[in-house]
Amino acid sequence: MSVYLTVSKICKSFGSFQALKEASFSVNEGELVCILGPSGCGKTTLLRVIAGLEEQNSGEIVQKGVTISNLPPDQRDFGIVFQSYALFPNLTIKKNIIFGLQTRNQSSEIIENRLNELLSLIGLESHKNKYPAQLSGGEQQRVALARALAPSPGLLLLDEPLSALDAKVRQFLRLEIKNLQKKLGVTTIMVTHDQEEALSMADRIILMNKGVIEQIGTPQELYSKPETSFTADFIGKTNLISAKKISENKIKMFGQEFDCSEPLMSEEITVAIRPEDIKISKQLSEPNIIQGRVLEIEFLGSYSIGQIEVQYNDQKEILICHLPIDNNEQSSIAKNSQISFSLNPNSLKIVSS
Amino acid sequence: MKKSKDDYLTVFFIGIAATYILVSLALPMYAILSKSIENKDGLFIGLENYKYYFSNPSLFYSIYNSLYVSIISTIISVSLSFMFAFALTRSCMVAKPFFRSIAMIPILLPSLLAGIALIYLFGNQGIFKELLMGKSIYGPIGIVIAEVFYTFPHALLIIITALSIADARLYEAATVLRAGPIKTFFTVTIPSAKYGLMSACFVVFTLVITDFGIPKVVGGQYNVLAIDVYKQVIGQQNFEMGAVVSVVLLIPAMLAFVVDRIVQKKQVSILTARSVVYQPKKNKVLDTIMLVYCIIISICILTVVGMCLYASLIKFWPYNLSLSLKNYQFDLMDGGGWDSYYNSIKMASFAALFGTLIVFTTAYFVEKARSFKPARIMMHLLSMMPMAIPGMVLGLAYIFFFNNPNNPFNFIYGTMAILVISTITHFYTVSHLTALTALKQIDNEFESVASSLKQPFYKMFFSVTVPISLPAIFEIGIYFFVNAMTTVSAVVFIYGPKTTLASVAVLNMDDAGDIAPAAAMGMLIFFTNAAVRIAYVVFTKNILSRFQNWRFKTA
Repeated sequence: MSVYLTVSKICKSFGSFQALKEASFSVNEGELVCILGPSGCGKTTLLRVIAGLEEQNSGEIVQKGVTISNLPPDQRDFGIVFQSYALFPNLTIKKNIIFGLQTRNQSSEIIENRLNELLSLIGLESHKNKYPAQLSGGEQQRVALARALAPSPGLLLLDEPLSALDAKVRQFLRLEIKNLQKKLGVTTIMVTHDQEEALSMADRIILMNKGVIEQIGTPQELYSKPETSFTADFIGKTNLISAKKISENKIKMFGQEFDCSEPLMSEEITVAIRPEDIKISKQLSEPNIIQGRVLEIEFLGSYSIGQIEVQYNDQKEILICHLPIDNNEQSSIAKNSQISFSLNPNSLKIVSS
Repeated sequence: MKKSKDDYLTVFFIGIAATYILVSLALPMYAILSKSIENKDGLFIGLENYKYYFSNPSLFYSIYNSLYVSIISTIISVSLSFMFAFALTRSCMVAKPFFRSIAMIPILLPSLLAGIALIYLFGNQGIFKELLMGKSIYGPIGIVIAEVFYTFPHALLIIITALSIADARLYEAATVLRAGPIKTFFTVTIPSAKYGLMSACFVVFTLVITDFGIPKVVGGQYNVLAIDVYKQVIGQQNFEMGAVVSVVLLIPAMLAFVVDRIVQKKQVSILTARSVVYQPKKNKVLDTIMLVYCIIISICILTVVGMCLYASLIKFWPYNLSLSLKNYQFDLMDGGGWDSYYNSIKMASFAALFGTLIVFTTAYFVEKARSFKPARIMMHLLSMMPMAIPGMVLGLAYIFFFNNPNNPFNFIYGTMAILVISTITHFYTVSHLTALTALKQIDNEFESVASSLKQPFYKMFFSVTVPISLPAIFEIGIYFFVNAMTTVSAVVFIYGPKTTLASVAVLNMDDAGDIAPAAAMGMLIFFTNAAVRIAYVVFTKNILSRFQNWRFKTA
């Protein structure tokens, strides 16, 4: 797979506020990359810099071997779909889609063919003479997508394309956009604040926080190998526990010793433990066993979420864990009962805070 | 970043717009300021003129008089219009649209027509003279009554807006907490309309203190600042002193403007997306009181207009009351005859056409251009300025600036063009705000979409922005037309022998004692404006709506 877009050391400030701090990454040809992060993390700014709608203070962007960071947006090769869709309300669906096709050299026949191709792609052939206000949100979203794809851009930029839709439509369109993107093979960068959306759609995720890229990787990598406490906390639920290094593969937390299989870099460390990695155990002699009191149980259907309070040296720490249901052995777990649970050495992830 | 073709075009248009605002506003204002610190030979004398002005007690009195009538008129006008707006927004009385239309009539008339009507009603030979119990209508009484008539719709529009954004949840809370109607009125209604009321006060105050038509007609010996400017310039040809009085007149208007802008900014946050729109409930007592009140006010307004119409149609007041059209034979009178009416139509049409063009395109660049932020903010600030500049001050500034033989734009002096430019500049701010409001409702990403699709912004502008904004564009055009027909102050110093105007003719005929023909010309202006308004309503209902069917879901 060849590299399609390289973003290196992009910085951008608005007044004294630093929106982007040396953001660098690359996107491969045909890949769908999600820029994920909480609101205000700079993800939309990053997308707008790639589009040329904002001018970076420093850094460089190379698209297909050409430096584009100093070109105005109309000399860059991309199509964009905004959160608001920005469909032209007084133009029909047809006129919206062909807006970018009408250049001097295009014959009307070619335009008509391309229009029909796009309409069938998004499945809205019968709506071409309607106005945007007459379509549902999901349909409008697809028209915006078709309009952006009409001139066959090499790069597709999506700015929170699903956030204005109902939950059900959103789930449906997630799949549809992903399938469309794979079918067309168009390199795509999508911005979202919804981690589920990013996990389900992206080939790779760029996770951002406060203007800095925290981690880049496949959805599985981000979930199972978080490098920072922010990543561990933002992708899925996690328990963050501070601990101390004792030896090469031993750490001290909750006032007791634990085996740990990850390499330990420093004395003071933060350990991330996923709720589903906390296993209820009966054998008290096993290594990595710890005891605690069940504070709350929250029933969620296929499993329950438990809050377990661990007491040690006059300190208290609360752990979130998954409690399986429909298991006779564990169904005895009640509020306020003391339980023991084991923490597998492989499930203790060391993250930088 | 490298500049695109769009960027160069944007620079080009912003450059043109900036040059226009500079020549039509900034440089003339500089000219009048520098003139006020020069002597007759054009030598710099510092503040000598001001010293002379403030040591002259009769001129000094004008300041007191101006403030006096302005404050009294403001209190009365805002109180009356608040009650009227309350009836229109908070009661369930019948015929609300009818009363609203009646209340808007004064906007279609030159302000001094109210003064003329008062002379017929309460003057020395007036019908209701006895009602004044020996007091003369010529003086502060006449000025205040006429100014209240003239400013009523301006205040009403602002207060209606303020009252119609009430949050129903506050009223529900008041009811649940068992507050009576009086307590609710003072704890909910008044506070939420507070900023609108303040804004109305400033607007009315500025209109009154800068108006000169009404004091000219019914002021008698009662001098106000605006009259002083006129007297210094037209009567005594003392341009330096005229400049000094202008600057003095500029101060209260500027202050009112600045305070109003601060108040306006606070208004924004009152209504949130979660507010529930207030729906008035039927209340027999309140509805009846409000209806009676609106009828009384409407009768007053219609009496003023009716009196003018009647006066214009009778042979010789008050001796021969038979009807005739003799007063409409303007060619027999001073003031430029029918030509001045045709000139006014021409001038108003040009102002509507070019004014709309300039205002809308400038507002577009101010709001939607991608870069050049400092230039755009500068343009916006300059666009807000004309609101604070009295028409006469602007006119006098135009004399100083354009009549200077060294000025390359000197050739437009005495032509129709200078009248059109002065009118557009005088009414620029409100039009600019109308255009901005319309443009702000359009998605800011449209320009980004167009450039991502490699389409020039002007294609977007003509095929999307303009069609979407058509209602606002027409609104601006009508606003320019109606005001160009009625304005006196912006043009009274700069019309030439070949460019006499109807509104100025009203003034001059009244000055020459031809009061009935003055009323006739005023009525002609009124009928023209009313016809344009009605034509616009019909046009929007039928033709314009055909281009707007994308707004409706079931097109």
